[in-house]
Amino acid sequence: MQRIRWTAAALLSGWLALIGASSALAEAAPVKLNTTADHAKFKELQKQFNSGPEVTKACLSCHTEAAGQIHRTKHWTWEFLNPDNQQRLGKKNVMNNFCISISQNYPFCTGCHIGYGWKDKNFDFTSEVNVDCLACHDTTGTYKKPPGLAGNPVVGKPLEMPPGSGKFINPVDLAKVAQKVGRTSRDTCGACHFFGGGGDGVKHGDMDSSLAAPDAELDIHMDAAGLDFTCSTCHKTSSHDVPGSRYKPTATEKHAAHIRGKEKQGNPATCQACHGNTPHKSQVLLRQVRMNTHAEKIACQTCHIPAFARGGVPTKLSWDWSTAGKLDANGKQFTIKDKHGHATYASHKGDFILGEKVKPEYRWFNGDIKYTLLGDKVEKTDMPTPINRIGGSPTDGRSMIWPMKVMHGVQPFDPVNKTLVMPHTAGAGGFWKELNWESAIADGMRNMGAPFSGKVDFIKTEMYWPITHMVAPKDKVVTCAECHAADSRLKGIDGVYMPGYSKFGWLERVGWLVALFAFVGVLIHGGARIVLSLKKAG
Amino acid sequence: MATTKIYVFNRFNRFWHWGQALLVLTMLTTGFEIHGAYALFGFEKAVGYHTIAAWSLISLWAFAIFWQFTTGEWKQYIPTLEKVDAMVKYYVTGIFTHAPHPFRLTQLHKHNPLQRIAYLTILSIVGPLVWSTGLLYIFHDYWTEWGLRAYVTLEWVAFFHTMAAFMMLAFLIIHVYLITTGHTIGAHLKAMITGWEEVEAD
Repeated sequence: MQRIRWTAAALLSGWLALIGASSALAEAAPVKLNTTADHAKFKELQKQFNSGPEVTKACLSCHTEAAGQIHRTKHWTWEFLNPDNQQRLGKKNVMNNFCISISQNYPFCTGCHIGYGWKDKNFDFTSEVNVDCLACHDTTGTYKKPPGLAGNPVVGKPLEMPPGSGKFINPVDLAKVAQKVGRTSRDTCGACHFFGGGGDGVKHGDMDSSLAAPDAELDIHMDAAGLDFTCSTCHKTSSHDVPGSRYKPTATEKHAAHIRGKEKQGNPATCQACHGNTPHKSQVLLRQVRMNTHAEKIACQTCHIPAFARGGVPTKLSWDWSTAGKLDANGKQFTIKDKHGHATYASHKGDFILGEKVKPEYRWFNGDIKYTLLGDKVEKTDMPTPINRIGGSPTDGRSMIWPMKVMHGVQPFDPVNKTLVMPHTAGAGGFWKELNWESAIADGMRNMGAPFSGKVDFIKTEMYWPITHMVAPKDKVVTCAECHAADSRLKGIDGVYMPGYSKFGWLERVGWLVALFAFVGVLIHGGARIVLSLKKAG
Repeated sequence: MATTKIYVFNRFNRFWHWGQALLVLTMLTTGFEIHGAYALFGFEKAVGYHTIAAWSLISLWAFAIFWQFTTGEWKQYIPTLEKVDAMVKYYVTGIFTHAPHPFRLTQLHKHNPLQRIAYLTILSIVGPLVWSTGLLYIFHDYWTEWGLRAYVTLEWVAFFHTMAAFMMLAFLIIHVYLITTGHTIGAHLKAMITGWEEVEAD
């Protein structure tokens, strides 16, 4: 009965939606019912805007505190002071083994900044009008900030990009975008976070454009036809601050599901925030409690994200800068692509290894992350140099087994000063144009005020990316046997006894030997009886 | 040679013997799969079957222990050294020359001295080792609640459980073989099925 009622309701609402859609064609699209303000009716927004800051000024005339709130966030400062070890992190300061760093690459990197005009290190972080409201609150999908414009959209006339290419980017209709502002969406967050590392899915592996409208199999929470979570459903903001830090992640939470509004409720973006730490239900005796015991040591993500990059977008697993710089027969840069059209080599970037449906690697993780920063001494050995070191052990009481994307790299470093380097890559004078490491690195390091010997060598690096998105439906989780087997997913994880995987060595040998002796013994004994019987009879 | 029939294994005796045989075989098969020796049912199913068989076996044992004590059958397991040397000598040489069996089975003495020692070992050492570690294993999830986690580790519980399993396996191999050592090859088996054992008449 319940089901019939639901079906009827679904049919009715579908029919109403159709009527709504057809009438919408005639009139202006109706305002989404989740807002009480139709910004198209605001006089402040009914004008011609010639730049981003002009729009912001209009926004701030009502939302007087918004810019101040933004100023306090990592999204604005690109800086983060780790309270545990006092490391000054944030996008502005850290290195990675993708595009390495933002030094001297500001106009390109800051295409993803939520501000306008961050073109060099002299950017004014106190400016309110340089806060970009539209980057997060656009609902039209027409608001774009191309790399190279320091976070500005194209305004005025169409912009040829790259110059001389004959390809033009049309200006954004700022008035229209401003009148249609609304809540953040998977598209607005995704505009930057899906494309980290310079392309779709490149960096994270568990975040790419396939999450813009995923099905249940790819992400049970974000399933566009199901729960339809946006990013902010979990990353629930408070005063524009988005919880869920990559620099200080929450690896373990020992509490039941939060009651919303309760004080000191911790990070709302963890699984436990909604599910608590005993989330499993089962009718089968002992099974529920067994699963919940697993959840004491194993992060939810470990079982519930069997693979990342599952949405059809490959992610980079390795980036080797040392092979960059080759030219074709005509002395021109070239690109080699795989059968799906993804670059596996580019003259200006080097070699890539890409992967889809990648099984994560697993590590004990307690949320501590320590970066190798500019100036930290690195030694070139056979072991990769960690860009970030994750903390964790089976005995510290704070760790869980987590799935990780481990990004492998070969990147330039200064063999004399023994430091990683921050090259200038994009734009005039950058490596991507000149293919000259010495000058590109000298330029990047000069910008940072960091020493550079002039010598360039390459060093193997690795970087850990905890996997937390692309949660599979419960019938698609990692099965018992994938860990409880000789070829375990958790191979190499110490500190836990895993039936099916863990062995005792000498007990196995002695045990099977005793069984074998018993068996051979009875065979010989029985054989002798048969032979002697036959002899006697014969 | 004149023989006479005596009723050694009554109905419950046979039931719990065969029930135990089936369950122990199931436990060994699924247990060694859980331990990672081979893949047969798949880990998850193996754990399920192993657990069901474990609870069944525990229930059966509870009944059997009750039965042993109410009927006085427990006396069958009192160890004796009398004729042990003769038994050993029989299995090492006599059996090959069809020498007479040194042990005369009666209703009051079902088991020869070696059987007594073997079964007592199973009942007093292997059995308790299996079920005590097995129960700890099953209730692993409650160790914290019960304040056990500081004292026991899963690794050691699994170690002794596995050790007991190997002992049971070795016992099973020898036990199954010794079935054939009656006065005919099938005599013991027949007795455990029908309850009647043929013995030489006086």
